[in-house]
Amino acid sequence: MRRAAPVLAVLGVIVALWYGATVWMNAPWVRDQAARSGTTVTLAQIVPQTMAQERPVLPAPHQVAAEVWKGVAGQAVTSRRSLVYHGWITLSATLLGFAIGTGMGILLAVGIVHNRAMDLSVMPWAIASQTIPILAIAPMIIVVLNSVGVQGLVPKAIISAYLSFFPVVVGMVKGLRSPDAMQIDLLRTYGASAGQVLGKLRWPASMPYLFASLKVGIAASLVGAIVGEMPTGAVAGLGARLLSGSYYGQTVQIWAALFMAAGLAAGLVAIVGAVERATLRRMGLRA
Amino acid sequence: MTWVVGTMVFWAAAWAVNIRLAASGLMAHRAGRLVVPALFGITLLVIWEGLVRGLGVPAVILPPPSAIAARIASSTDILWADFVQTFVKGALSGYAIGCGAALLTAVLIDRSAFLKAGLLPVGSFMAALPVVGIAPILVMWFGFDWQSKAAVVVVMVYFPVLVNAVAGLQAAEPMQRDLMATWGASHWQSLWKLRVPAALPFVFNGLKIATTLALIGAIVAEFFGSPTVGMGFRISTEVGRLALDMVWAEIAVAALAGSAFYGCIALIERRMTFWHPSQRG
Repeated sequence: MRRAAPVLAVLGVIVALWYGATVWMNAPWVRDQAARSGTTVTLAQIVPQTMAQERPVLPAPHQVAAEVWKGVAGQAVTSRRSLVYHGWITLSATLLGFAIGTGMGILLAVGIVHNRAMDLSVMPWAIASQTIPILAIAPMIIVVLNSVGVQGLVPKAIISAYLSFFPVVVGMVKGLRSPDAMQIDLLRTYGASAGQVLGKLRWPASMPYLFASLKVGIAASLVGAIVGEMPTGAVAGLGARLLSGSYYGQTVQIWAALFMAAGLAAGLVAIVGAVERATLRRMGLRA
Repeated sequence: MTWVVGTMVFWAAAWAVNIRLAASGLMAHRAGRLVVPALFGITLLVIWEGLVRGLGVPAVILPPPSAIAARIASSTDILWADFVQTFVKGALSGYAIGCGAALLTAVLIDRSAFLKAGLLPVGSFMAALPVVGIAPILVMWFGFDWQSKAAVVVVMVYFPVLVNAVAGLQAAEPMQRDLMATWGASHWQSLWKLRVPAALPFVFNGLKIATTLALIGAIVAEFFGSPTVGMGFRISTEVGRLALDMVWAEIAVAALAGSAFYGCIALIERRMTFWHPSQRG
């Protein structure tokens, strides 16, 4: 409770500021409407009107909450108006891409740790790739794969995989190298093969590093899936909701999709965190 | 067919050379260590070129590197204009504002344990969110020009830098702080002479993460609307026209700009945190 109080206070201030900004940013439209119809509005009339507009500059928090609620609970989950439907489309691409990217990343990391030539050739590029805006190639992947007949889930998953791949490689190489020389020497005196060293020492030792990169990776995967949904003309998914909302000026819809995406990201990171805690506890690494 | 066979032969030869090099004494030198990844990169380009030509892959699916290089050479003026619009105006100004605001916030909330306890979880939470989704809203608010891109970048870089800076300001050890207190140092003296320098490795970590985010934010924000110039604009329109050599040219520029930006920050870090164990080596 003592740790929750400051967080709640900060969140409360954010919501209060948000309401203030709603009034401030939406008021010109209300005044404009009033001036056109030749009436004057008092401040007491402006405030409620700023929070009930169809297409506000900044929707009030309760409008966004209502839209999210309407999208999640007010529709059948198969409806195209349902946020659950769009969220699932984004989530499935995210998870597929995350699984591919993580799997390939771990494989490459194992290869890098065991092969010096591979380490020297690939590792600098893997590190350098983290400094470049990989996301920029997303539209091209989507459109090119579309032109060869691959569409739907797979192109988005490829972008997601690509984004989660490099953090996992870099983190896992660090993790698989984290056992110190003394421990590796000990296993060598036991006559352990490279595979046994990997399975019994390197792999368990890399777990904290793996989970740290998984958290980065899954957040990146989600961003990849969302951005991957934009270039195909906003068919389905949270990214498509963002784009169609921005085409038609549906600000409430944009904010609702944004909060849905934020909820997804928080949920995914929380799941990885829970698995991390359970794993590390069973390994005795963390109380 | 000769292209494909030739490519495979080159690949095998380069791989053999790399294995030989990796085992040789050359790797003890810094310069020697650059040879292997450089050869690997060249090999990738050769395989790309050879397979695209050998298998007759159409240019609307994957142009060969030579075509991309030719495109870069023939349209430097467009690439430069896009670079200025997206990187200098959008990303750099947003980066400066966002990082500046984050560092200022960190110093301000540093005195209050309550604010730190409240803002830090919120900040780390925000740093994990797909913040780039805020781009359509900010494009609506600030218009199509670079101001909206800078705004997206500000929001994207703010939280990672804030979280790292706040963590960094706590990095000075209690013993060191006690020493400052025994010398009668004021809060600001202790902050400036002890805790800010001690925080620098953390701050630079955040600043380096933010370089990539800044470029991503500026490019993706242009997908939601932009004037007829800019890297994100060029990528999305040229993809629509299937002029993929131009898209790859923009991506090459973006990659170069991103690495150079990161490299600049890393260089400044080396200069300013030369005392830190990770920089001596």
